Parts: sequence; structure tokens; C-alpha cells
Amino acid sequence: MASPSHEFLRRHQKVIHMKKELTPKERMAIERVKMPEQDPEKRNRNFDEVNLGLTREQASREAQRCLQCKTRPCVRGCPVHVRIPEFLQAVAEDNLPEAARILLGDNTLPAVCGRVCPQETQCEIQCVRSGKDAPVAVGYLERFVADWAMEHAEEVAEEPPAPATGKKAAVVGSGPAGLTMAGELARMGHSVTIFEALHETGGVLRYGIPEFRLPKRVVDLEVSRLRRMGVEIECNVIVGKTITLGELREEFDAIFIGNGAGLPMMLNIPGENLKGVYSANEYLTRVNLMNAWRADSPTPIIHGRQVAVVGGGNTAMDAVRTSRRLGSERSTIVYRRGEAEMPARVEEIKHAREEGIEFIFLSAPLEIIGDEKGWVKGLLCQKMELGEADASGRRRPVPVEGETFEMEVDVVVNAIGTRANPLLTTSAPTLKLNKKGYIEIDQDGATNLPGVFAGGDIVRGGATVILAMGDGKSAAAAIDAYLRRKN
Amino acid sequence: MFEVLENETLAPNVHRLVVRAPRVAKARKPGQFVIVRPSEGGERVPLTIGDADPKAGTITLFVQAVGATTLRIAGTAIGESLRDIAGPLGLATDIRNWGRVACVGGGLGTAVLFPLAKALAEAGNEVTTIIGGRAEPYVILAEELRAFSKELLITTEDGSLGRKGFVTHVLQEMIDDPDRCPDAIYAIGPVPMMRAVCEVSRPHRIKTIVSLNPIMIDGTGMCGGCRVKVGNETKFACVDGPEFDGHLVDFALLVDRLSMYREEECRLVASLPPHLKDKIINVKK
Repeated sequence: MASPSHEFLRRHQKVIHMKKELTPKERMAIERVKMPEQDPEKRNRNFDEVNLGLTREQASREAQRCLQCKTRPCVRGCPVHVRIPEFLQAVAEDNLPEAARILLGDNTLPAVCGRVCPQETQCEIQCVRSGKDAPVAVGYLERFVADWAMEHAEEVAEEPPAPATGKKAAVVGSGPAGLTMAGELARMGHSVTIFEALHETGGVLRYGIPEFRLPKRVVDLEVSRLRRMGVEIECNVIVGKTITLGELREEFDAIFIGNGAGLPMMLNIPGENLKGVYSANEYLTRVNLMNAWRADSPTPIIHGRQVAVVGGGNTAMDAVRTSRRLGSERSTIVYRRGEAEMPARVEEIKHAREEGIEFIFLSAPLEIIGDEKGWVKGLLCQKMELGEADASGRRRPVPVEGETFEMEVDVVVNAIGTRANPLLTTSAPTLKLNKKGYIEIDQDGATNLPGVFAGGDIVRGGATVILAMGDGKSAAAAIDAYLRRKN
Repeated sequence: MFEVLENETLAPNVHRLVVRAPRVAKARKPGQFVIVRPSEGGERVPLTIGDADPKAGTITLFVQAVGATTLRIAGTAIGESLRDIAGPLGLATDIRNWGRVACVGGGLGTAVLFPLAKALAEAGNEVTTIIGGRAEPYVILAEELRAFSKELLITTEDGSLGRKGFVTHVLQEMIDDPDRCPDAIYAIGPVPMMRAVCEVSRPHRIKTIVSLNPIMIDGTGMCGGCRVKVGNETKFACVDGPEFDGHLVDFALLVDRLSMYREEECRLVASLPPHLKDKIINVKK
């Protein structure tokens, strides 16, 4: 094993002796890099980051795999349209300040996206190498450049903001949509204030995504970059309660609502209120926002011995992998469809398996069984099979008559999804909503109220970080146009 | 940061704090609460807003030190600050003119009751206030409540002030007297007290409103940790409450869920320095 100092030197040494131009054949010959990871047997007992990041050498070599094709399909696959070939070219040439300049110009939160974006269904699936061998590891490289930029802030040329417009914009929520919006608007010269309901910034990046996948230090650094750009952030303000949308409209020239879909859907089965049953939101908030995983945290959490997590999305993976790190002997995913239908990222499922997570497919919870003292002791499940395709295009699970089974568990986490939180919208009765309570917008992100825009999960329902950011970015252009029109 | 301007000890371990929180002071209505996190790394706890002065930009909070976090809040000196205050949260009390109202408070619940009772009196109700505690030092806000109550009745378990016994005894007498029988009851205090009040009023079908204080984190409906069962429906106390029809509340479930972290709380208290630990243990006796 290399000593830490040697490892450090190896990672940060400039890559010299690099050929300027490789032939396509030479590029094609390079194999896709493997992300260095913490050993599964160790990492499933700690909260340190699983992916360790590429070395400078690995990054440069991986970037040389990019064929610099003319069609640039990867850029189209990215919801915020990062100029991927350009920044990869700079990495290939080991010109990291230039790579950082390009990346930061297109993406407000690259260190976040490089870690949590589903690249395999966005930029990477579009890569021309995707069908042949393996796509260029755009996500790994994004993370590499973003991390380098955070450690070398002085070497990165920050683009000066546009001249001040004197226009004031309010952003509701400091999650991925809100942070992206704030960064874009600040860059365009508008004065921006973010209102955050919790005591910390980041929204789902803070309370939802665990430390082992997205270290909170990364969120802190991305937020502090926004603050340096002049963005004001006021925490502990719940729009709809502390101030109303109407009051904001009087004070600000434009408003962006990106408050998320923070309302857990319930299983609605018997036993849901037993002690030891959590919504994923509560389970993850206790651990991530309130640091319940630390021994010295005043916020407690039940450390289950046998934990069942219901659901098949990224939140379910986060919860089940968290339970393992809290010391469970057995942690199981219970999902009503099959493996192919799971909405979680491939990497999360792979990591979960490596960490000893068990998967029970085609099973839906029927009842949570309690002991005489009100604690969870079991989960009764119904076997399912796949029937006709439903509205989502996936085959609908239907119960297999008479086939049920019981699992012994002491903690159950419900990760079946979220709905629109009505706290803001009920206080703004004129704001137009759809049937499910999500805010209705046009193609510019504008709501029916003049000067009020919205994006992210409060518009789409529970989706991904990058889609929320894409909303923030595209609505920013519309808000900029609106503000410049407005006197 | 939210500066503490006043901090007065009302009863052993019960403090009244006046805190600068201009946005909350302006928006707050009776019955609503705030989430307070006293310091970096601290826990978030819900506290009812006792009163507010929108002009001065201040709110009044009542806190009983029963655990590590509440001890820290109660111990915040004048001039020091609380790290986070978020609110006002929850629904405001349904204040209407019922006619004759009994307001029943127990222990710290009396402080929660105070703004409601005041608002009910201002709405034209004839307010009879019944407050109780273990012993004289634990009976709080008597003079403040007397100012607008038609009648103020006090009970203590040891008889050191007012009638010896429980608030329910006095309430039962009131219900049994056709000239004093209330049209509605607001009961706020420890869960056993609210439950007992509901059992007294249930046979007479007198509308009884209780204020629930389950374990909470965000206070905005995001986590669902504060769920309670009301008339067979699961509700989130933070956004659907905190006040509910007491005759529909599943109190057994509430008590059970409140005990979820008892072991962890004991461990946390045990890790406090001795003088603080004794303070909590004394008040819990």
C-alpha cells in the first residue's frame, strides 16, 4: 500500500509527458476507469464517502477516452447542458483551471452532480461509446474537476457577475432547484435572497442524501460559493407560515418557488404508528440533518437489528444503507415490483448489494406487526406478480392470491415516495395547482401569478436533483427576461 | 440568532423567555408554536408561543427543563441568543364565541393555555379557568389568568394552594352544576390530565379541545414523526394540529409514541454534568 504522502503526491502531481493529440483508435483503446471505492466490509460500518474519487492521472486518462465527436449527444442528455466535450478536453490536457471554468460556468453545483446524478441515464447513455464498449465516465470527471476546484479556488477564474440590475428576486427553498436558481440570477446581476425553512441550507442535499454518498462539507462549500457571489440566505423562514407568498410579492420583483415535495406518503396499513416505524424522510432527517449517527448527537434514532425498507428508489437505497451503518445485522429492501423496475440508480443498487443488503422483490407490505409494548416485531408481506403495464409504462404488480409471508424485523422504514407539501400553497389560494397539489407552470417555469415562477419537485413530484437543477436553470433565463422587461 | 431579552423563573425549572424574533412575532396567532434549536449541534424542540408583541418584534416562550435541550433553552441568559427559531407553525386555535368556556391547565400546559384563554375572553366568552399543579410552586400564571377569567380555580395535589386534588374534580363539579356547565372545554397539560378531562366531559358531550405535543423534528409536515390518531385517521400534529377534538384522540397511542426514545433520553441526561442532571431528576420526581 502506498503511504498517504505518496498517495497525495500521486494524486496531485501534474501529468506530464502527455501526448497532445491522440488518434481515435488510441482513444478507443483506453479502458473505462474504475472508481476507487472504500472496501464494502469496512464502509458498511462507517459514514465516510464510498467513492474515493479519481487521481489526477486517472482523470486525465479517462478524459482522453472522449472522441470529441461532432454530434455532442452527451450535452443534449444533460438537463443543465454542461459543455461536456470542452471540459473533458481540458481535463485530457491536464488544464484543470480551464476545465473548472467551463464546468462552473454551466453548473452551479458540480461537486453535488458529480456524486448524485444518474449519469447512466443522462449524459453517459448518450455517449457514442455507450453502445460499443463503455461510455466516458462523465460523472466521475465532473466530480474530479469540481473537487479540484474547491481545493484550488484561487486558481479558478470566477466569471465576474453582470452589472447590478437593481432588481430583487426571492428564492423559496435552498435545495438543488433553489441553489441553482440563486446562482444563475446572481450571475445575471440580480440581488437574490433565499428563504429556507430548516436551520441549514441544502434541502434534500442536507436532510435526504447521506454523508456516505454526499459529504455535507461538499454542500457547505457549494453554498459558500453562492454566498461569495452575493446571494443572501435566511434560514428558519417557512414561506406560507413565517411570511406569505403575498408578502414576498410586495417585497421582491420576482419569486421562484422550489420548496420540494416534502410530505411523506403513508403505507396506510395496520401497524404504521408502532414504535420503530419511520418515514424515510424522518429516518434520513434524523441521521443526516440532526446527525443521529454520531454518539454525541442529542437527536436519537432506533438502531434496528433487523431493518426492512419498503420501496425501490434512491431514497430507499439511502435508508437501507444507512440502517446497515447504524449497526443492523440484516437490512432488507422490500419492493413490490421486480429488480428491472427499480427506479434507483444502478450504482446505488450495486453498492447496496456489496454492503450486504438483501432484496425481496415482488412483495408488498400488508401489515406491520407489533409486540405487547407497541414496538415493531414483524412485517407481513403479500407476494406479487407483474401484470399489465400501467400509466408509468411499467408492469403493474398484482397480488398472488393467498401467498403471504412474515419477516422478523424491529425497524420498518417507508420509502414509497413523497407528495406536495401544502404549507405554502394553502396560504396562496390564487396560485394554480394541479389535481395532485403540485404547482402548474408553463414552459418558462411561470405560474399563473405574474412574477412567480416554480420548479423542482413542487412542480414535478418526487424526481431527481439534476432535474430540479435543470428547472432552476431554465426558469432563471425566464426570470431574467421578466425582470429586464419590468420597470 | 435570536436574542433572549428576558428570562424569568416561574416555577422550579419552568422559565418564561422573551426573545427577539420579529418575523414570528408579526405572523403568530394564538395556539401556534415554534421549533427552537438552542445551539449548534442541538436538537429541535417545539415550544408554544405564549404571547407576542409585533411592534417590539418579540415573542414569549415558556419552557420546562425536562431534558438536555430544554435545560439548555431555559438556561439561556439575558443577552445570549438561541441559535434557531422557526415558526409560527401549526394551525391557529379556532377562537369563537361558545358562550361559557372552561379553560383547564396543568403544569406547563397553563402557559400554553394562557394565550388561548385570553383570546377566548376577548372573543366574548365567559371564561372559567381551572389550573393545577403538584404543589404551590408549580402553579403558574394565576394572576395573569385571573385578569380576564370570570372565575379562577386552583387545585394542588398536596393541598398547598387552592383545593386539594386534581383539576378534573373541580371541572366535574362545574359540569354537574346547570348554572355553570361549560359549552366548551380547552384542556392543555400533561397527557394523563388531558385524557382525564376528556373522560369527564365525554358523557356530557361537551366539545373538548386538547393541544398535543408529540415528538417532532421539522414541524412542517415533512417527516411525519409527530403522527397521532384522531378518530381513526392518522394526522400530523405539526400541520393538522396541534389542537384536536379530545374525544377523538387516541391517547394510548400518544403516550406510547412519546415513550419511543425514553432509553436514549435517560442516557443523554445521565451524561450531563451532575448539577444539571440533579435539576432534571428533581423536577421529574
